[in-house]
Amino acid sequence: MDNIISLKGINKIYGSEIKTQVLTDVNLDIANQSFTSIIGASGSGKSTLLNIIGTLDRPTSGSVIINGTQTTRMTRSALARLRNETIGFVFQFHYLLPEFTALENVLMPARIRDGRVTPEAMERARELMRLMGIERVQNNNAAKMSGGQQQRTSIARALINNPRIVLADEPTGNLDSDSTEVVYDILRDINERFKTTFLIITHDRRIAQKADRIIEIRDGRIFLDLPNQLAKNLGEQSA
Amino acid sequence: MKTALKIAWRFLTASKGQSLLIAIGIAVGVSVQVFIGSLIGGLQVELVDNAIGRNTQITITARDRGDYVENYQEVAGTLEEAGLGVKRVSPVLDASGFLRVGQDDYPIQLRGFASSNADSIYRLTEALVSGALPESGQVALGINLAQEAGIEAMDTVTLATPRGNTRDVSVSGIYDLKTAALNSRWVLTDIALVQAAFGYGDVASAIEMQAEDPFQADQIAVEMAGLLPQSLKVDDWKAQNEQLLSGLNGQSVSSLMIQVFVLVSVVLAIASVLAISVMQKSKQLGILKAMGIRDGSASVIFLAEGFLLGIAGAILGVALGLGLTYAFTRFALNPDGTPVVALLVDPQFIAISALVAVLSATLASLIPARRSARLDPMEVIKNG
Repeated sequence: MDNIISLKGINKIYGSEIKTQVLTDVNLDIANQSFTSIIGASGSGKSTLLNIIGTLDRPTSGSVIINGTQTTRMTRSALARLRNETIGFVFQFHYLLPEFTALENVLMPARIRDGRVTPEAMERARELMRLMGIERVQNNNAAKMSGGQQQRTSIARALINNPRIVLADEPTGNLDSDSTEVVYDILRDINERFKTTFLIITHDRRIAQKADRIIEIRDGRIFLDLPNQLAKNLGEQSA
Repeated sequence: MKTALKIAWRFLTASKGQSLLIAIGIAVGVSVQVFIGSLIGGLQVELVDNAIGRNTQITITARDRGDYVENYQEVAGTLEEAGLGVKRVSPVLDASGFLRVGQDDYPIQLRGFASSNADSIYRLTEALVSGALPESGQVALGINLAQEAGIEAMDTVTLATPRGNTRDVSVSGIYDLKTAALNSRWVLTDIALVQAAFGYGDVASAIEMQAEDPFQADQIAVEMAGLLPQSLKVDDWKAQNEQLLSGLNGQSVSSLMIQVFVLVSVVLAIASVLAISVMQKSKQLGILKAMGIRDGSASVIFLAEGFLLGIAGAILGVALGLGLTYAFTRFALNPDGTPVVALLVDPQFIAISALVAVLSATLASLIPARRSARLDPMEVIKNG
């Protein structure tokens, strides 16, 4: 299978006077249509890694290839377009726009892409919201929903432009365990249905075991990289 | 673009109180502009009308002192037809003499008008306090002279020339030109009476007139001098009233200064409020950027906010300014019930004020728009 994400020799150093090396020589390939989880202690550099993959942050050195495109030298506007069309983000905080309704939030990336809401986008938004079980709150203001509903809205938003990649940073960090389970089942379902590549940061090994592959980051380096069945076995052992 | 406008509109309507406050801030600036502009415009018009409008603006006299304008009817006719932008051409013969009442002689300037245009220039009919304008062989006196000498309309008075000739004439009426110097010296009559009483031939001492645009008087005078024989010279009010002219200019400049400072304060207010708004919305902007909105579109959001606020402020401000203006003419009154200052409502000036407000609000939003364009989504994502 092709690699949709390819990182080569990524280093990330923060600060100019007091330098902090957050990532050291990270090489990583993510297969198309795969479902990968990244685990690691807080401060290990996993969020920085995800932000660099998402082109929100630039590496100090090394190259990031997304969907066959070298992103290191792309302009801000080209990166914005790449993010809009190829990558969906789900953050630990829902980051919905409180000025808009749930449906309008879901449609926002499509509106940014097309300049308007097309009938196709509207149809897809409604379908995604149905899939997420939030069709009843679609006209609620984004600030007036439960935490679970907000997070599911933000997942629908990440999927509206049918991105090839979804990057999620502890998407269930603020949810109770039941909701967490539901959200992961939905993500897995979408992975299979739409062939979307998922890269998910989680601190929960129980969740991580649902992935095809587990990557553990420790002190800015890839410490462990367990593919497929091995990951599942490991998960079962620890459980 | 449409997306950015939609987001701008939603940002504005989501925090209604704040948006209203900014719009009111702009509106106050615009209304002050409209009000001050109308006030100063009104003052200017009134001043120009009082100082220049009721007087001769261009005067033709003989170049040599003591000479007269011979063929004045012909010259007057030529000027009216020359298309120079002059009106109310009025030949006049001035002569100094005395008004004799009993034992007392009062020094006077006898002004013999050859045309009813003099009435239009000096607004004599308006100035009449009693009686009528003089017909052939009659005179009209100023109110100060009449009171001093104890004369009323329909009385008969004696005119005396410096050479000792006298002539009895009847007083047709008493006028008040609102200037004491004129009211106590000018005695108005027709040109034939002056010519006969003082022994002149058919001459005038001056040809007076007004310009269609008083502020063009100097240029018209130059043009006119070219058409007239060398023996005549042309004077205009601008050359003769430098102080008044500089006063008018000073007023215009101070009005402009007030407006500029009001504008600057409006621009600063909008810029600072919108800058705070960028800080408030930086989280939303970070999210939008993560979702792929372009830096350009992100800045259009704030430009559009400035533009929309400018339009709302301009509409509110014009309404408020006109309201203020109306209230001023309604409640700031002289004892006789006329407004203290007749305000000049100039639609063009108001339109320009409104346009300038919209433009400056948009301009003021350039600074926050730039900040918004530069904002890095990581700042938001990282700080959670």
